[in-house]
Amino acid sequence: MYELFTDLGSWLVGSQQWTGGDGIGHRLAEHLQYSLIATLIAAAIALPVGLLIGHTGRGAFLAINLSSFGRALPTVGLVVLVFLASGLSMTPVYVALVALAVPAIVTNTYAGMSAVDPEVRDAARGQGMRGHQVLLQVELPLALPLIMTGLRLALIQVVSTATIAAYVSFGGLGRYVFDGLAQRDLVQVLGGAVLVAVLAVALDLALAGLQRFLFRHRRGATA
Amino acid sequence: MIEFQAVHKRFPNGTTAVHDLTLEMPEGGITVLVGSSGCGKTTTLRMINRMVEPTSGTIHVGGTDVTAQDAAELRRSIGYVIQQSGLFPHRTVLDNIATVPLLLGWGRRKARARAAELLDTVGLTAESGKRYPHQLSGGQQQRVGVARALAADPPVLLMDEPFGAVDPVVRTQLQDELVRLQKELSKTIVFVTHDIDEAVRLGDRIAVFRTGGHLVQCAPPAELLAAPADDFVADFLGAERGLKLLSLVTLADIPRTPAATVHTGEKPPAGAGWLLVTDAADRPLGWFDAATAPKGTAAGDTPLLPVRPLRDGDTLLSALNESVASPAGLVARVDDAGALTGVSARDAIHDGAGLAHAGALTTAAGTPAPADEPVTADAGDAV
Repeated sequence: MYELFTDLGSWLVGSQQWTGGDGIGHRLAEHLQYSLIATLIAAAIALPVGLLIGHTGRGAFLAINLSSFGRALPTVGLVVLVFLASGLSMTPVYVALVALAVPAIVTNTYAGMSAVDPEVRDAARGQGMRGHQVLLQVELPLALPLIMTGLRLALIQVVSTATIAAYVSFGGLGRYVFDGLAQRDLVQVLGGAVLVAVLAVALDLALAGLQRFLFRHRRGATA
Repeated sequence: MIEFQAVHKRFPNGTTAVHDLTLEMPEGGITVLVGSSGCGKTTTLRMINRMVEPTSGTIHVGGTDVTAQDAAELRRSIGYVIQQSGLFPHRTVLDNIATVPLLLGWGRRKARARAAELLDTVGLTAESGKRYPHQLSGGQQQRVGVARALAADPPVLLMDEPFGAVDPVVRTQLQDELVRLQKELSKTIVFVTHDIDEAVRLGDRIAVFRTGGHLVQCAPPAELLAAPADDFVADFLGAERGLKLLSLVTLADIPRTPAATVHTGEKPPAGAGWLLVTDAADRPLGWFDAATAPKGTAAGDTPLLPVRPLRDGDTLLSALNESVASPAGLVARVDDAGALTGVSARDAIHDGAGLAHAGALTTAAGTPAPADEPVTADAGDAV
């Protein structure tokens, strides 16, 4: 057992592991790229939906249940399904990751919007703001802490799950996990898993810190 | 001027909030809408800036039908203050105040300059402009709410229970400041409250609403207190409405007589009764009973009984209170510097109170009081 950890340690710090096409640096960059693209696509879909249902107060039930459906889908199953339908490309991976990320963003955006004090919204209208001004100048900034929490949750889930890119022959940190499994190289599997976990935790901490900094003037606003 | 013409408001759930309301709110005056909760006073207020649309009838502000304008533009031209202030928690105090100027496209620099000017107008320090609303006390937040409403200098100000959520001491301060501000600004103000004392303090006219959205009576406070239209209004005004009327009248017209005084440290003249002890500048210090004091005692050797001198601008109600509290039954009157100008006896104050009631009744004669209402006896009963 102890040996396993020392092997893992030397695998992680070994200089030959960090460079080159199969090096950790390159895999890390790939992993981040997949995760960010998937989260951005998810945000582009989920943010407008969450803001719209929050602003109008309509369709919340439908939108939240539909998006939760995405969370309930087994990710690997979805990858295989889209793979069979569309052939070998990154598309199946992105579809699966986006489906995973959308619910967290929709529900948190909606939660942030509905947490806006009705008195404040009323005051905004009463001062003469139009609908879009109320949304952009009052509701959105006030919902932003929760919206960012949703984006953070989504990104962490996506980072953890983006290992499946390797399942359909693409890169990312999942490469070590799937290659290690195929080669019965437990150290490599563990190394990949540890790197994914560290990346997820590091991103979470960094974003939490950013949130705390951005919303330092808010009372009890940081989630 | 704001005019309601046969305005009706029925909500989708079937409740009638405002029933056939025809009412004029005069230019440059404070019209207070009072009534218990659910009487339609807030709905009435919110129909003026179209936060609520009437079911039927018309509302004119300054001669223009409110529905003739775009709702958002209309609201920018009308100041709006709500309970709990409704400030934007993510904006600094200065940016909160600058809201409407920015919506009107003044530009950030000009809007901020105007906001800074208003901080001073509502009695806040320049430093508080950089703070966020949650860093201020309830009373200060309410001041910011007023400043925000005044920012674009609108001729009309709507105030929906603006002082309802602050403690009584702060509320009195805010009321005093509103009166002071109104003297400078002469806005047409519509003010909603359920507190009749607040209504009497602030209102040039008071409109009393009954549940179901019925306007029962609209009159200047003195008329309302002297001649309530029916039992509902009388009940709403409370049992002490005779006394409340006296809070609207000042002491200025009550006759005064020279006071029997003695300077502190001097011996009282023989045969004197209650004397008002004064200092070198003629300021009253307290009452001294020369009749019961041991012979040779100088004024000030023994503890004096307290005196609360009143100025001409003080209310008849406070004079009545002082006349009861004063051991001599006399109210000490002073000028603005605090120097004694004379005293008024309890009887003179009672007579003045009676006259105030009679005067209010005469003014109210246009709106005849119901015959079974024993209004004339009130002053005597209440005292």
